[in-house]
Amino acid sequence: MNLEQGTARLTAWSEAELGIEGNVLDVVRAPAGVLSERGADVDPAAPEMVQLAADLVATMRVSPGCVGLAANQVGVGVRMFCVDVTDHPKARTLHGTFVLCNAEVVEASRNEKAREGCMSVPDFTGDVKRGSRLTVRGQLPLTGEEVEFATDAFEARALQHEIDHTDGLLFLDRVAGAHAIYPRQTYL
Amino acid sequence: MSTDLFAVTVLGHDRPGIIAATTAGLAELGLNIEDTTMTLLRGHFSMMLLCRGAANGAEIETALAPLAAVGDLDVAVRRVTDEPSHASGGSQWVLTVHGGDRSGIVSAIVAEVAAVGGNITDLTTRLAGELYLLVAELDLPADVDEPALDATIRAAAAQLGVTATLRPVEADEL
Repeated sequence: MNLEQGTARLTAWSEAELGIEGNVLDVVRAPAGVLSERGADVDPAAPEMVQLAADLVATMRVSPGCVGLAANQVGVGVRMFCVDVTDHPKARTLHGTFVLCNAEVVEASRNEKAREGCMSVPDFTGDVKRGSRLTVRGQLPLTGEEVEFATDAFEARALQHEIDHTDGLLFLDRVAGAHAIYPRQTYL
Repeated sequence: MSTDLFAVTVLGHDRPGIIAATTAGLAELGLNIEDTTMTLLRGHFSMMLLCRGAANGAEIETALAPLAAVGDLDVAVRRVTDEPSHASGGSQWVLTVHGGDRSGIVSAIVAEVAAVGGNITDLTTRLAGELYLLVAELDLPADVDEPALDATIRAAAAQLGVTATLRPVEADEL
C-alpha cells in the first residue's frame, strides 16, 4: 500500500467498521505511571483491542476539545491511539477519525513550535517543536492492515503527540525550555 | 557619571500595577532597566531586575518605598558587579523531570548535573495537584559524556519514582 492508497484507506475508515459500541472511559492524569512507560505492541485483531479502539473513539468524542487519545491515557499500556482533527482551524490535511496500532513516525520535517495541552496534564500547556510534514506507518484495528500515509500541520502535530504517548512520553518531555511551560490555572 | 548596576527584587502579594510602580520609580531616577525576570510563584508576585544608572542604593530604596508601604510586598535593592559574559564552550541541553510530588526531587537531580560540572542557566519548577514538574536548561562542559549523564539522571529519577528526559537545545539558525 503506497502513501496515496494509505490516505484513501484511512480517510474511508470510521469506527463503524469496528462493529462494536464504544464505552466512555476515565482519563488518567500525570503522575500516573502508565503515562511514562512505553506501551506494549498490540495485536490489532484481538477482541479486547478492537473494544479498546471503540472505547478510545467514544471517550474522545465526549471530551470537549479532544483531538486525540492514547490507550495509556485510559490506563491501558498498549500502543494504540485515536485521532480526529476535523474542523480544527489549524488543520490542513485531514484523514477524519482513525485509530492506529503500533504506529511509528517514518519521517518528520519542517519543525514548527506551538503550544500544546493534554487531557492527562490538565494544569499546564507548553511550547513544543514538532515536524509539520509527517509520514506515519501503523496498523488499523480489527483488520490489522498496515497503512502508511503523509500529513501536515495540526494533524501531524496531533499524531506526533499521540505516538509520543505510546512511547511513554508527555509533551512535558519535549518542551523547548524552562520558560516554555505555562500554568493553566492561577493560584489566587 | 556612575554606571553602577543594581539588583532590585520585589516579592509578595500580587496585584495590578506593581511593575508599573516599580519601573516608574526607577525611571524617575534615570535608571535604565536591563535584564528582568518576573513570574507568579504559587500566586506570589516575584520579580528581579537589574538596572543601571547614576543613582545610589538609598535613593532607589526611597523611590520604591511606596511599593512596600502597604506591608504586603518586600522590596530589596543592592549593588551588584558586572559579570563577564557567559561563554561555556560546551553544549546546551534541556532537562525535564516530572512525577509524583515528594521532597528531594530537585536536589537529587541537580546533584548529578553539578557532579559533572554542568551549569544550570534557567530553572522552572511547578507543583499542580500531585504532579511535580522541573524544567532546567543546562550548559554542559565539552568533555561531558552526555549519554552517561543521561543514564545517571534517569537512574536518580527512577529511584525517586519520577521520569527524566535530557535532550539538546534545538536552535534554528536563520
